[in-house]
Amino acid sequence: MTIWEIIITSVIKIAIALTSLLLSVAYMVYFERKISAWAQNRLGPNRVGYRGLLQPFADVFKLLFKEDIVPDAANKTLHTMAPFISLFVAFATYAVVPIGPEVNLFGYQIKLVVADVNIGILYVLALTSLGVYGITLAGWSSGSKYSLLGGIRSSAQMISYEVSIGFSIGGVLLMAGSLRPIDIVNAQYGGMWNAILQPIGFITFVVSAFAETNRLPFDLPEAEPELVGGYHTEYSSFKFAGFFLAEYANMIIASLLIVTLYLGGWQIPYVDKLGLSEGLTVVLQIASFLLKTAFMLFVFIWVRWSIPRFRYDQLMNLGWKVMFPLALLNIVWVAMLIMIFKL
Amino acid sequence: MAQKKRKKDLSFWERIYIVEIIKGMILTLKNMLRPKFTMEYPEVKFEPPASYRGRPVLVLEENGVERCVACGLCSRVCPALAIEVQASETNLEKERYPEKFEINMLRCIFCGFCEEVCPEEAIVMSKDYELVFTNRNDAIFGKDKLLIPVEQLRDRIEFLRKFK
Repeated sequence: MTIWEIIITSVIKIAIALTSLLLSVAYMVYFERKISAWAQNRLGPNRVGYRGLLQPFADVFKLLFKEDIVPDAANKTLHTMAPFISLFVAFATYAVVPIGPEVNLFGYQIKLVVADVNIGILYVLALTSLGVYGITLAGWSSGSKYSLLGGIRSSAQMISYEVSIGFSIGGVLLMAGSLRPIDIVNAQYGGMWNAILQPIGFITFVVSAFAETNRLPFDLPEAEPELVGGYHTEYSSFKFAGFFLAEYANMIIASLLIVTLYLGGWQIPYVDKLGLSEGLTVVLQIASFLLKTAFMLFVFIWVRWSIPRFRYDQLMNLGWKVMFPLALLNIVWVAMLIMIFKL
Repeated sequence: MAQKKRKKDLSFWERIYIVEIIKGMILTLKNMLRPKFTMEYPEVKFEPPASYRGRPVLVLEENGVERCVACGLCSRVCPALAIEVQASETNLEKERYPEKFEINMLRCIFCGFCEEVCPEEAIVMSKDYELVFTNRNDAIFGKDKLLIPVEQLRDRIEFLRKFK
């Protein structure tokens, strides 16, 4: 491929990734409301459009038309920057997640990933750590005690759980022998999903991902009863929408990562034994990837409406005294697997 | 109520939480599939039982005359002073009728005392709960709005005969 062809395909990939991301974020909010309603035997939004399907757009326009209030005590620059940091981090992470195998399209070999980086997982870890800045700066720059407390809680929580996320991923990397997401997916070929081979690592990763995305049961940074709104108490209008968007985008990233690292990415066990045509296999694989992600997202919402919030000391206990040792144990387990079975 | 368990009494599986969390999540999943309680209001309306106390109305007999004899007991008993009655004479058997009967729906507290005290079963609580006004004058219901044919109030009258 010439340089121009590479640029054009990359731009197309970015456009597709961004639009599908924004749309899925919008509909995550819709499904969050719908599923919460179902869990409480209600119907949920059903007035705007067919079965309320246009509700997310109504929400967005409502937020756009609201007044943007900046408190007097706020540090104006950082107050404006914080939501953009969160959004940037949330969007940039998508670049390295592969949604399907290499496909042959109009005579070109195209990888279904925006950027095939050979240190993709490191890139993801680095960017998600940056996400703490958005929240901490938002909390600090608002000049409000509730925001500050929310921001501090969030930074402590995210740093603590980053450790167990890192060590859980360590197990996956040992198994795949590569930091490249595509290699990690390929290493899980034929039903050898990491979730089955290293269940402890899977559990620690999922729990830490919940904590990392500030979702219930670990949504202490925005615990409404004690901190009003947490770090985004002083945000309104589109800056608030930015945080809202970033939270849901982070949730989608977390699901994509769980699927890529532990649930075999686009792999369907033994699909190549069925003797289907190549095109159909690829379509099935992409569909399976999306289905797995959708299921993980459903789990995110499902957990939110099932499990009560942790207390802060319990959260720290769980992070340092349970999740961290378990993640270490998982590394030992994976090392033993490799030593004994030469996987 | 279930006995409160101390931490030391928990079994191993309860202590690692995962099984219990899955149990809880299955419970919410079951709830998601249960039928919904929501009534889609403007399209589907709630039909209250006979014991429901909606807005008080006057009973209109089949011959087109109200039952009320304008004794004024309802007005006297009303704790919110919402009812105003002005009596007048008539040639009918009942001799008296309300020339003016007004209930201020902004004052009414739906206690049902008027209905309880009425010797003629002439004022009863209806099932009407849709009370909307755009100004204070609209909220004062005169005889035109209060008189409801007796057939529509059968439920409530039967309920009163049984339980009052």
